[in-house]
Amino acid sequence: MPALLARARVSRAVRAYFDAQEFVEVETPARVLSPGQEVHLDAIPAGDGRHLITSPEYHMKRLVAGGLPRIVQICRCFRAEEDGPSHQPEFTMIEWYRAGGSLVDLMRDCEALVEIAARAVGTWPQVDVPVNRRGPHGRSRLRLDAPFGRTDVRELLRRHAGVELRGDESAVEMRALATAAGCRVAPDAAWDDAFYQLFLDRIEPHLGAEHPIFVEDWPRPLAALARPKPGDPLTVERFELYAGGLELANAFGELTDAAEQRRRFEEEAALRKQRGKGCYPLDEKLLAALPHMPATSGIALGFDRLLMLVLGAATIRDVLAFAHDEA
Amino acid sequence: MPSYDTSDIRKGLKVMLDGSPFTVVEFQFIKPGKGAAFTRTKFKNLLTGGVIERNVRSGEKLEPANVETKQMQYLYKEGESYVFMDTSTYDQVHIPHETIGDDSNYMPEQIVVEVLFFNDRAVGVTLPNFIEQKVLETEPGFRGDTATGVTKPARISTGARIAVPLFINEGDVIKIDTRSGEYLERVGRA
Repeated sequence: MPALLARARVSRAVRAYFDAQEFVEVETPARVLSPGQEVHLDAIPAGDGRHLITSPEYHMKRLVAGGLPRIVQICRCFRAEEDGPSHQPEFTMIEWYRAGGSLVDLMRDCEALVEIAARAVGTWPQVDVPVNRRGPHGRSRLRLDAPFGRTDVRELLRRHAGVELRGDESAVEMRALATAAGCRVAPDAAWDDAFYQLFLDRIEPHLGAEHPIFVEDWPRPLAALARPKPGDPLTVERFELYAGGLELANAFGELTDAAEQRRRFEEEAALRKQRGKGCYPLDEKLLAALPHMPATSGIALGFDRLLMLVLGAATIRDVLAFAHDEA
Repeated sequence: MPSYDTSDIRKGLKVMLDGSPFTVVEFQFIKPGKGAAFTRTKFKNLLTGGVIERNVRSGEKLEPANVETKQMQYLYKEGESYVFMDTSTYDQVHIPHETIGDDSNYMPEQIVVEVLFFNDRAVGVTLPNFIEQKVLETEPGFRGDTATGVTKPARISTGARIAVPLFINEGDVIKIDTRSGEYLERVGRA
């Protein structure tokens, strides 16, 4: 099926799914004052001191706090200098929130979306994985049937790298763990840099090669906007979905503690400054709204990558009408 | 020498890794959702030909390898080494047989090759992909014999024996792929 026809069909099927689940489709601003403080995301300037969104999450959370329990948005996000086989500086995200919902509810949504997307393009229940995305075992068929696998970060590190991770290691200790596991780590690597060196070198090639898999229980230094897991302060409520060499989705049990959120924003702003990156104003409107937000689970899933998955596309360019350098 | 970082990575970039010179053969941008950007890079060891893959974090420094290639002409064999002349400076170097290996089978005298120098020492020779050589010795061919897949040995000036079709005669000039040692076509008749 031609990619653009597939894209239109999957887009329609995704909207129908959320409609049937009684979600309200919303639209939030693309030009914002606070595009996000994450250290590794750089926003694209859009005039008047504003930037294009790197994700719609801040404004969508304000809507949840304002009383909309189930919302979805399918929108363009913009991230400077991201250009590779699964990256474009401009791409489409499906982002949705379930007030009162759990991470397991979001997993069921992911499984359903993969199924309806594959059915919409006629590739259910298994797809071919292109050569460039095959893992070390070279599996070429990927099953898409639910339920997907579930594992957690520490278990993966133990199994594939022989590393026992707590989550409160210093950067020095984290570099030593990665080095001991055979990774080459730069002497200035931060905690998360050493973690991702380990993750990319040793773990990621094994993830979701035969069947999609949810990776749960992320260590606290990779909390982002997730809340701590009850009874386990070194772990946060977060999962990622991997399938056929693609990182498809990232979900949080959303942090609603405004003081903790402010602390994390300030920490990230300090890190950005330290690395000579531009800082954005803290999103005070979001911080003011958080105390009114009910317990909520939220998730972002890459729409282009969902298409890549079900079409067996080798690069993101194959599922776009025009890549950024063709615009 | 100033160091490189990930934004300098491109095919053919020569860097030092673990004390050996490598060249970049393939690279792509990758980025975990919440982490730094990395360049997934395939490097080929210039001494052994072995290929390794490394994920290099954005901003990480890479040490340039002190390597250069020179066009040199192969003059003659002297004992267990081969004598080459730099075509621009006329300097001569001796390169031992073990550096060249089986490639010497497809290295007739006078041929111009690329010699790789690492820290000013010759460490490798790259032949042109194709050479044309006169057949010095082979069994007589048979007129009209066009059966495919049937070959016979033919000796060229380097002493190498090339598998050629039955219609090739002594004195014919044949084209050989130096990477595989295979006969490709007849380009001149005796």
